[in-house]
Amino acid sequence: MNQSRSLSLLLVAPALVVVLALFVYPLAYSLISAFTDKAGAFTFDNFNKAFELYLTDTIFTVVIIGVSTALIALVSIAIGGYLTLGENPTAVAILAWLYRWPLFVPFIVAAQCMRTFLAKNGLMNNTFVSLGLMDVASTQSFLDWRGIIVTFVWKQAPFVTLMVAGAMASLDRSTIDAARNLGASRLRILVEIVVPQVQPTLMVGLILSFVTMMSVLSVPIMVSGGSPTMMTVDMAYRINAHGDYGVANALGFVSYLLTGAAAYIYLRQSVRDRSRA
Amino acid sequence: MTGTFNLGWLPRAIILGLVAFVIFGPLANLAIWAFAEAWFFPNKLPSQWGFRFWEVVFRPTGRAMEALNVSIWIALLTVAVSLIVSVPAGLALARGRLPWRALIMLAFLLPQAFPSLPVYINVARIFYEFGLNGTVAGVVLVHTLHGLVFAVWITTAAFASVDKELEQAARNLGASGLRTFLTVTLPLAAPGIVASAIFVFLESLDEFTGSYFVGAPEIQTLPLTMFLASMGGNYQISSITALILLVPSIGFMLIVERFLKADVMAKIGN
Repeated sequence: MNQSRSLSLLLVAPALVVVLALFVYPLAYSLISAFTDKAGAFTFDNFNKAFELYLTDTIFTVVIIGVSTALIALVSIAIGGYLTLGENPTAVAILAWLYRWPLFVPFIVAAQCMRTFLAKNGLMNNTFVSLGLMDVASTQSFLDWRGIIVTFVWKQAPFVTLMVAGAMASLDRSTIDAARNLGASRLRILVEIVVPQVQPTLMVGLILSFVTMMSVLSVPIMVSGGSPTMMTVDMAYRINAHGDYGVANALGFVSYLLTGAAAYIYLRQSVRDRSRA
Repeated sequence: MTGTFNLGWLPRAIILGLVAFVIFGPLANLAIWAFAEAWFFPNKLPSQWGFRFWEVVFRPTGRAMEALNVSIWIALLTVAVSLIVSVPAGLALARGRLPWRALIMLAFLLPQAFPSLPVYINVARIFYEFGLNGTVAGVVLVHTLHGLVFAVWITTAAFASVDKELEQAARNLGASGLRTFLTVTLPLAAPGIVASAIFVFLESLDEFTGSYFVGAPEIQTLPLTMFLASMGGNYQISSITALILLVPSIGFMLIVERFLKADVMAKIGN
């Protein structure tokens, strides 16, 4: 089916219009709104006010998402590595079955799960107390920044693991077997042979997770109610309580910048892959 | 040898047990809350179990049932809109002679590369001017954008994995281009298209942020109802609602490999 160029463009046009109207246009709108005052004149006031009010929250956001991303990387390499190099087929099969479950759990459901699980009287503390690992007096609630990180890692690590394990499975086994025959430990094979080869996939997975975590509103609200909180909550508050689009969009612009660096790597990566394919 | 084998399993079993606890613990806590009629500190488990809150949720006139209806309608409409735009786009991207193909593919990547929340805020502001805020149409459009990226990529991969020689054979036997598409290409690509439809359906069913800014308070989807119940401290109602949201997601996880075959997966992103 070789279609003419104009027919192809016609077929792709509706989807492009949706992206342009519902994504590119609002994106441009938010950029303009961040740099203008109510009268429409250019100003940095929105940014001054945003930093004055929300600098702590911005740093808090960066730290939470940075730590989460690092932990997601470690977990996905550990699970993917065991799935690839594990020598006990039963244990590999059990792990492969186990790790996927949070993949399709919506963020808002994950937040509700963690809101109960990590509470002072939640299932986690209760289990530790029942096992005699902890006494009731020393239990504490994890419903703060730690809870947000746990929820993000719980939800996103399976996603990155799925990508990483897929890439690891399609690696050429001969170098791994050769290193194994020469007596290299499995940990060394993982760090020196496997991880460098799946690094592009790992990076794409981590960046997608990074962008996703930057947009989640339900988890910070439901898991950690207190202050400091994440930028997404601040943006929602500026809109709902004050109708203040200027400051909300200034915060939005900062979150674009934070993901911009990540997105640059991601897009460059996929464009390079495409030209290779 | 058997002795060492058993000892070898011990650390493995402990680690797998820990992984299982981390994965299923939070879900188990949700399930316990769904059946707890009375649960007070410092009891480790509810003092009274039962279905009382299920009756509240499933009462035909209840808010949750109404929200489920709204959510399913929105999800079905979102699937319809996104298939209408993504199937032609997927076909063109997989088979057509498309100028600036890399640039167009890049446009479909963009929404994945930016945080969506600040964009939704401005979508809501623009929709407000058109009277789309707080309407089903507005929420469907936001969900369509959310699902479109995946829909376009999966349908493109589905069409790309159809063997071109089969189409050529149909053409050689005298079938028209349209007939070849309807009788050969489309049926062969159907599993991938179904997979993308299910995916878009679930994404819409679970979507929170966009509905929160564009739909609320007029349009109450199931995730919004769950959120409000949870923030109001009604853990039973929110846990039962969360379980309702989980059923289709877990079901999809169990059947996804039947629809998304390895040959289609390998073509995603090409």
